[in-house]
Amino acid sequence: MDQTIYRSHVLICTGTGCVSSGSRDIKVKLEDELAKYDLTNEVKIVETGCHGFCEKGPIMIVYPEGVFYCQVKPEDVEEIVEEHLLKGRIVDRLLFKEPLTEESIPSYKQIDFYKKQKRIVLSNCGRIDPENIDEYIAIGGYEAAGKAITEMTPQEVIDEVKESGLRGRGGGGFPTGLKWQFTHDAEGDKKYIICNADEGDPGAFMDRSVLEGDPHRVIEGMIIAAYAIGADEGYVYVRAEYPLAIKRLEKAIAQAEEYGLLGEDLFGSGFNFKLHIKKGAGAFVCGEETALMASIEGKRGMPRPRPPYPAQKGLWGKPTNINNVETYANVPYIIKEGAKAFNSIGTENSKGTKVFALTGKINNTGLVEVPMGITLREIIFDIGGGLTKGKKFKAVQTGGPSGGCIPAEYLDLPIDYDSLKEVGAMMGSGGMVVMDEGTCMVDVARFFLNFTQSESCGKCTPCREGTKRMLEILNRICAGEGKEGDIDLLENLAHHIKDTALCGLGQTAPNPVLSTIRYFRDEYEAHVQDKKCPAGVCQGLAAAYVIDEAVCVGCGMCAKNCPVDAISGKPKESYRIDPDLCISCGACAEKCPVDAISQG
Amino acid sequence: MACECGNKKESLDKYLAPLREVLKNYEKEEKYLIPILQEAQDEYGYLPEEVLKEIASYLDLSLSQVYGVVTFYTQFHLEPRGKNIIRVCMGTACHVRGGADVLAAVKDALGIENGETTKDLKFTLETVACIGACGLAPVIMINDDTHGRLTPEKIPGILASYK
Repeated sequence: MDQTIYRSHVLICTGTGCVSSGSRDIKVKLEDELAKYDLTNEVKIVETGCHGFCEKGPIMIVYPEGVFYCQVKPEDVEEIVEEHLLKGRIVDRLLFKEPLTEESIPSYKQIDFYKKQKRIVLSNCGRIDPENIDEYIAIGGYEAAGKAITEMTPQEVIDEVKESGLRGRGGGGFPTGLKWQFTHDAEGDKKYIICNADEGDPGAFMDRSVLEGDPHRVIEGMIIAAYAIGADEGYVYVRAEYPLAIKRLEKAIAQAEEYGLLGEDLFGSGFNFKLHIKKGAGAFVCGEETALMASIEGKRGMPRPRPPYPAQKGLWGKPTNINNVETYANVPYIIKEGAKAFNSIGTENSKGTKVFALTGKINNTGLVEVPMGITLREIIFDIGGGLTKGKKFKAVQTGGPSGGCIPAEYLDLPIDYDSLKEVGAMMGSGGMVVMDEGTCMVDVARFFLNFTQSESCGKCTPCREGTKRMLEILNRICAGEGKEGDIDLLENLAHHIKDTALCGLGQTAPNPVLSTIRYFRDEYEAHVQDKKCPAGVCQGLAAAYVIDEAVCVGCGMCAKNCPVDAISGKPKESYRIDPDLCISCGACAEKCPVDAISQG
Repeated sequence: MACECGNKKESLDKYLAPLREVLKNYEKEEKYLIPILQEAQDEYGYLPEEVLKEIASYLDLSLSQVYGVVTFYTQFHLEPRGKNIIRVCMGTACHVRGGADVLAAVKDALGIENGETTKDLKFTLETVACIGACGLAPVIMINDDTHGRLTPEKIPGILASYK
């Protein structure tokens, strides 16, 4: 182990977001600069997982001060080393500035984005080196596994999880302790445990970030679960699209095996547990538990009817417990701190925290972990910093293709599993896509249905044929060819599919359509009856753009960016758009520096 | 048939030698079918018929069963693919931030449609549902590199760096 004592630690985020923003180059540059100033033995560089604030990446945090630098470029590194690490002066221009007040905030903990968060699952993400097991152990890692295996009986572990009130974080929200009890009670000499990391919902990346930023936490949660239900073998089923998560998990498993935390006779108790990684091969339906198991068995990943549930007949017909990444990541905290610490957070029926992936037309995109019961307004405006370009909030889509759109009237709804369901959405895996007035809700519904339709495995008729018919109707409406009665037909089909599809994918596929009809029926009607797309998104229905000559400064940016040469005029005078040529793409309005262009 | 090994047993053996190396690491169990297909595809770039036949006979499965698995998962390909695989994200976040324009720019730059490969076998274009880098939307992946915060104007420059 490295025993050098450093005066400063520089944490560089090497999550997928920051890497693609260039954090690797920054690390290389920093190594060079530290060597140049002979600081290599005084300042330690630590590569961490995701801080959640991907929007502002690459992110660098300098400890012990906890100074948070964002959007760092390689050419900034020299200044950071010279000013901050050598002279102790903070580089002000690289600090985060609050979008609303423009105030620059030096410390990580004072930024609004982090202030309202409550981090359990993400507590180590961005704080430790995910590729080094010693760092995880140093902050209390694997203590919970040790406690469970050496001091508690399997039943006591299950009781603790039951008391905590933890519910499945993959979407369904089934009580985790109860699921464990079923698998524990099932008869069988061989039992399996599976971690579902086939995160496929568009707009969700919390499982990826946890696996990349703190893989040992997931492994520890699985060890505890395996002990509780009596499984000696486990699988983590990860999407192949997550190469970094797979790499870090492989490394973490190898390290845990080396330390005797996986393998035989854990903590001298005689309990054995072997963990494998299984790479997915690109099929969204494999996030459904029975399809996932078929895929591990080497078959086409198609779901089968339940019962029997996996707890009775799972992988290769043996009792199997399946939970999602975030669910397992909560377990070490519950065992270590006790069920009471966990169930003191949250609402009556939804305990603890939830990680949301905040994306779309919002200022602070990223990953946030908040207590259950927080309102949408707090997440979107206090943590998320409001909408981009100061636009008006229209709706937030939660739960991915299985969820729904929630309109502005529910912004003050305290969110948990049940409240979201009541308003026609669902928790899902935790994707949260914010939409502004420029988003067409019919187009959004069509987008999700297009997704579920192409991911339908084709086994049951309601999903295979039903979603296709629904998509045809939506395509027709968006193209301006909607017919009288189309909206009712959509609703009718949607309810049939919900009631009759075989698995969760089909049963929830109509949700985005139903929720948008419920809250934005007038938009559907405008498409069908008036042949108009109020948001101006559906091409063929959108009104042409016009330039307000009183505001136009004659810069010519609009004409330059028009893809169909519909804009004419003279520089420094004024421009006009030919409505017959305009395709309503909005490129001109986007580029206009004085906001002189709008839809007529 | 893309494979030019003909019917001669000798040249077929030579063609299948890398696959047989892969198979050595796996026991003859059905559960290894997907990992074997993944490794075989890494080796050959796609899954030619000879390779599927060899895998089927090694695992004692019917060719139709192997074919069924290959065609079920989007990751597997029966046709040769480009040296660089471009995956354009069509997820929700990318959708609302202009992912469709980025896709159009890639199509324009390469002159191919979604699912196609350029004639020089340099690029294959695909769309994916979500890469999970929504904070950087719109995003594309080229091989294992993620490129984020894209605009259509940035596409030609990025593609040029892979030629």
